[in-house]
Amino acid sequence: MFEQLYNAIFIGSIYALFAVGFALVFSVLDILNLAHPTVFMLGAFAALFAIATLGLPWWLAVPIAFVATGLFGILLDRIAFAPLRRRGAPPLSAMISSLAVTLAVVRVVELRYGGDFITFPAGTVPSFLIHVGGATLEGVRLAIIGLSIALMLVLTYLVRGTALGREIRALAENPRAARILGIDVERAIAATFFISSGLGGLAGVLLAFAYNSLDSRMGLPLELRAFTVMVVGGMGSLPGAVIGAYLLGLGEVASLVYLPAELRDAFAFGLLFLVLIARPQGLLGQRPADRI
Amino acid sequence: MRYGAVEAVHGISFTAEAGAVTALIGANGAGKSSTLAAISGLVPATGHVAFEGRDLSGSAPHAIVRAGIVQVPEGREILARMSVEENLLLGLRGSRDAVHGAYERFPILAERRALAAGNLSGGEQQMLAIARALLARPRLLLLDEPSLGLAPKMVAAVFEILADLKRQGVTMLLVEQNALRALRLADRAYVLDLGRITMSGTGEALLHDEAVARTYLGG
Ligand SMILES: Nc1ncnc2c1ncn2[C@@H]1O[C@H](COP(=O)(O)OP(=O)(O)OP(=O)(O)O)[C@@H](O)[C@H]1O
Ligand SMILES: [Mg+2]
Repeated sequence: MFEQLYNAIFIGSIYALFAVGFALVFSVLDILNLAHPTVFMLGAFAALFAIATLGLPWWLAVPIAFVATGLFGILLDRIAFAPLRRRGAPPLSAMISSLAVTLAVVRVVELRYGGDFITFPAGTVPSFLIHVGGATLEGVRLAIIGLSIALMLVLTYLVRGTALGREIRALAENPRAARILGIDVERAIAATFFISSGLGGLAGVLLAFAYNSLDSRMGLPLELRAFTVMVVGGMGSLPGAVIGAYLLGLGEVASLVYLPAELRDAFAFGLLFLVLIARPQGLLGQRPADRI
Repeated sequence: MRYGAVEAVHGISFTAEAGAVTALIGANGAGKSSTLAAISGLVPATGHVAFEGRDLSGSAPHAIVRAGIVQVPEGREILARMSVEENLLLGLRGSRDAVHGAYERFPILAERRALAAGNLSGGEQQMLAIARALLARPRLLLLDEPSLGLAPKMVAAVFEILADLKRQGVTMLLVEQNALRALRLADRAYVLDLGRITMSGTGEALLHDEAVARTYLGG
């Protein structure tokens, strides 16, 4: 039981890191960034590259993957979203162009690493066990939980307590007002993508470390989950996404205990369905326009 | 300047003298807001904006604000879900001490500083919009119908603030439907009709012009 709870909090932390970036881009730009799962995968592969090819230790690979995916996010915006934004294209076109980037990037990764599961070179990924009472727990997961919570606090401070966060929130609430106020909108969007993608990539590295496994499609299962988490939490609400992520993690682990394993994915659908019926605006969502 | 196929303002040209108040008056849909939007870089326009010897044509809105042209837009565009203080900080350029100066000038904002700006009355929101623009240290302040939709007492209060700013030598370009008050305040005024300038002169001269009086002063 205790181990199940531990794993639920662990997977909830990964979902939270992933979903918070997804929700951030949605709240600022009103687009669903379908390349976010790709960024997640890229984070894991950036770490693999740093460790296996450059021979760097894991603790350097983590910040490297964060920065690399953050920069990739800025590039993604320049390629997939900025041109559409300039032309005032509808949000649907942004979904399609981000999907196109996803397909291209997955192909490129498969060219280099193939499409199968890979592991990190032996002994390069931290792994240790901790004993609490009668239970034996994977220590890395505890570190990941701690890091995720710390990052969520940093993100909260960034969004709520800094000038950049104020600009990002202004942009999310009223883009016209943001421009009139002299906010450098493109710079604020670039920062948004850096943060969003950096966190998404970090979630990828951390999950790959925890399972010592990565593959070019590892982000796909997160797509539906991020969407679920965002709807459950309230579209674009960051605290809502975090709460939704832990709820989903708990629910999934509980469903594994009490339901056949095949129903794990169905759980996300079920939760989504229930929330849409009972509270269409999500847990922390208010009016459709209420964000961050 | 145009919106898609609609050309809203055609080949107009005017000057806002440094240290003076320039008024732009005209009926609904004459193109006043469009003109200000073009100056602020909010809509693409083919014209030229020269400011203090710099060509700002085609610059991004934030570059134009940085150059010193700050707009108090029609409808105020305050950030309704953010606090009054956050709204002010968003306008602020330079030291945070200036916010205290704004609170001294607008005590009502100091009282409401922690409140979501959307909860302010229309008049208070207009004060907030003006205070926020002033914190950006404008060298040219664009005001788009600052008295629109306000109770008569608030209209008077807003024009008092503008008169105060004029005394301090703040350069202003004022767009108003309340032509009487605008012309009284203005050093120079232009009349905009269907996207063209049809008349110009000192505020005083237009105030006593018969055609202006008939059309815009309801006399
Ligand atoms: N976004 C837009 N798209 C298309 N046409 C527009 C747009 N905004 C304004 N217009 C048109 O451009 C013309 C000028 O509008 P503008 O808002 O500049 O007038 P205004 O003088 O500010 O009027 P008001 O006194 O009502 O504020 C009008 O015919 C208006 O219908
Ligand atoms: Mg107007």
